[in-house]
Amino acid sequence: MIEIKNLHANIDGREILKGINLTVNKGEVHAIMGPNGSGKSTLAQVIAGREDYKVTAGEVLFNGKNLLELPAENRACEGIFLAFQYPVEIPGVSNTTLLKNALNSIRKYRGEEELDAMEFLSLVKKKMSLVELSEDLLRRSVNEGFSGGEKKRNEIFQMAVLQPKLAILDETDSGLDIDALRIVANGVTKLKSPENATIVVTHYQRLLNYIVPDFVHVLYNGKIIKSGDKSLALELEDKGYDWVIEEAAELV
Amino acid sequence: MNSSVELKEQYLKQFQSFENTLNGEKELPMHQIRKDAIKKFSALNFPSVKDEEWKYTNINPLLGRNFRPADSIPEIDPQFINKYLFDKKEFITLVFINGYFSKEFSDIDALPKGLVIETICQAIKNHPDLVLRYFSKTTSSGNNIFSELNTAFANHGTFVNVEENAIIEKPIQILYVTKADDIFVSPRNLFLVNQNAQVKIIETYAGFGEKSYFTNQVTEFIVNDNAVVEHVRIQNEQLQAFHISSLSVDLEKSSNFSSYNINFGGSLVRNNVNTKFNGGFAECRLNGLYVAGGTQFVDNHTSIDHTKPNCLSNELYKGILNDTSRGVFNGKVFVRQDAQKTNAYQQNKNILLSNDAIVNTKPQLEIFADDVKCSHGATVGQLDKDQFFYLKARGIQEKEAKAILIYAFASDVVHSISMLQVRDHLEALLAKKLL
Repeated sequence: MIEIKNLHANIDGREILKGINLTVNKGEVHAIMGPNGSGKSTLAQVIAGREDYKVTAGEVLFNGKNLLELPAENRACEGIFLAFQYPVEIPGVSNTTLLKNALNSIRKYRGEEELDAMEFLSLVKKKMSLVELSEDLLRRSVNEGFSGGEKKRNEIFQMAVLQPKLAILDETDSGLDIDALRIVANGVTKLKSPENATIVVTHYQRLLNYIVPDFVHVLYNGKIIKSGDKSLALELEDKGYDWVIEEAAELV
Repeated sequence: MNSSVELKEQYLKQFQSFENTLNGEKELPMHQIRKDAIKKFSALNFPSVKDEEWKYTNINPLLGRNFRPADSIPEIDPQFINKYLFDKKEFITLVFINGYFSKEFSDIDALPKGLVIETICQAIKNHPDLVLRYFSKTTSSGNNIFSELNTAFANHGTFVNVEENAIIEKPIQILYVTKADDIFVSPRNLFLVNQNAQVKIIETYAGFGEKSYFTNQVTEFIVNDNAVVEHVRIQNEQLQAFHISSLSVDLEKSSNFSSYNINFGGSLVRNNVNTKFNGGFAECRLNGLYVAGGTQFVDNHTSIDHTKPNCLSNELYKGILNDTSRGVFNGKVFVRQDAQKTNAYQQNKNILLSNDAIVNTKPQLEIFADDVKCSHGATVGQLDKDQFFYLKARGIQEKEAKAILIYAFASDVVHSISMLQVRDHLEALLAKKLL
């Protein structure tokens, strides 16, 4: 589904990604772990198309298409969804406005009929229950006055409505209490299918108790220094990152 | 040559011809007011950028034009009128074309009890005492060359008298539409809202046609004890038009005045809004919005004068400027020595959508009392980058994302308008202007 080859990116001249190689196939869940400042969020933002980051080398293919040539909105239309680490508040724009515009823009891009108000509403209502959000949220402004947990649930709700092919969850577990974590994780798990894929960016393993990864990668200093299966996440939880970093240093 | 002097002479000459058309009316007391005004006009000079109040507003483009007074109702396609009108079943409707009252398009036959509506010239004839007690008497309605010019040519416009205790449910819409034919019009309104009365008034300014024109407009409001007023002003002139307006509001004890000053059109626009508290415990809300593009120039000068204690004023003006358009905001709030326990809040927020758009903003707070709560501020910025990216990351195309954010910024201003139809209309205009 997505092939990332030798990806280098910088911000304000500072190199953050220093040659990322990663392939994610349909139906897979990949976890990207690593200590703070290793470049995890940057990778998520670069894939989503944030223009503040400059890609200096490498390529990203998404279902065979050169993703780096597309603006953020068209990447979303191709089926990429970023659940933000810090979802932004947008006063004056209701969740309905956001979702309706987003959904119809994506449908239009794919040559599908736009949904009318009734169809949209019934779809949205169905998806709300998935993350246990109440309907009055629809009329409220995007994330305005939401608690940390509500913001993260709202991200997953949007994901449920937009049905991406590849979802990237950027630190979706941070700031969540255990109940909210369970709700979010259940939502993500229910959305999983053999046709889509998920990249979970996190530095704790606790989310991975709920969203079980097929692969775990350790990102450090802009590179993936170790990959393994879900047992790697447990090992990291147990022993920290230092041993992986040392192991990688020895290899060089 | 000094075009300012030439233009003045031209208007003075035009006043003479205007006088000749008045015939018998010349003997009425109103005409003395006109003559006083033209005298004052003649003694004043057109402002230049050297005047503090016009520092950023160069009116040379207006001074260079040779407009003649409108003298008749032109042929008009009803669609130019109807597109600006709200549902006549739910609104009391007055239409003026080139300044002239149009019976054909208006509907003021079955007025609710306690409401008097007449054209201003009728009202001057029918009840001169009442009209002349207030006409040109509101604070700062005079002493401005454009207001004097309006008074001198005042013959068309609307007089509204809401009698004591009358609560008028139906909003009143007054549409001034002008054929762009190198003419000038001088709409003049006097709105008298008596004790405990309530009314909602919408003024719409629009035009049609290819040439230019000049709307020089004055509205005076007397809001008596306990009266409640909602006033919406929709300035949607042709893009080649000139528009200068003055809104003066006298607020008496415990009255409540909400203003929405919405600007879309015009090449050179200057709005003066002056409100004064003459009694305590009154409230005044001034909301403003200006959306400009191309080479449009929009200037809003507002003033709120707290002379009495325990009053509240809340002002929010927002601007969206694109291309090489320019905006000016000057908001004065005075809190006089006697005006203890005043609450006065003022904000001006602007979004510049291009590198060449400019706004000059000057919030001004002058406080002479010591027990008050006041704040003011101004911001000028671009769209929030994080919000923009968030919308795009959801698949919303750049153009729509931009529109959604601008729309959210602007709709805040019209949000609290109580009349749903008016709000919908403004939101549609906003969408049309922004998309």
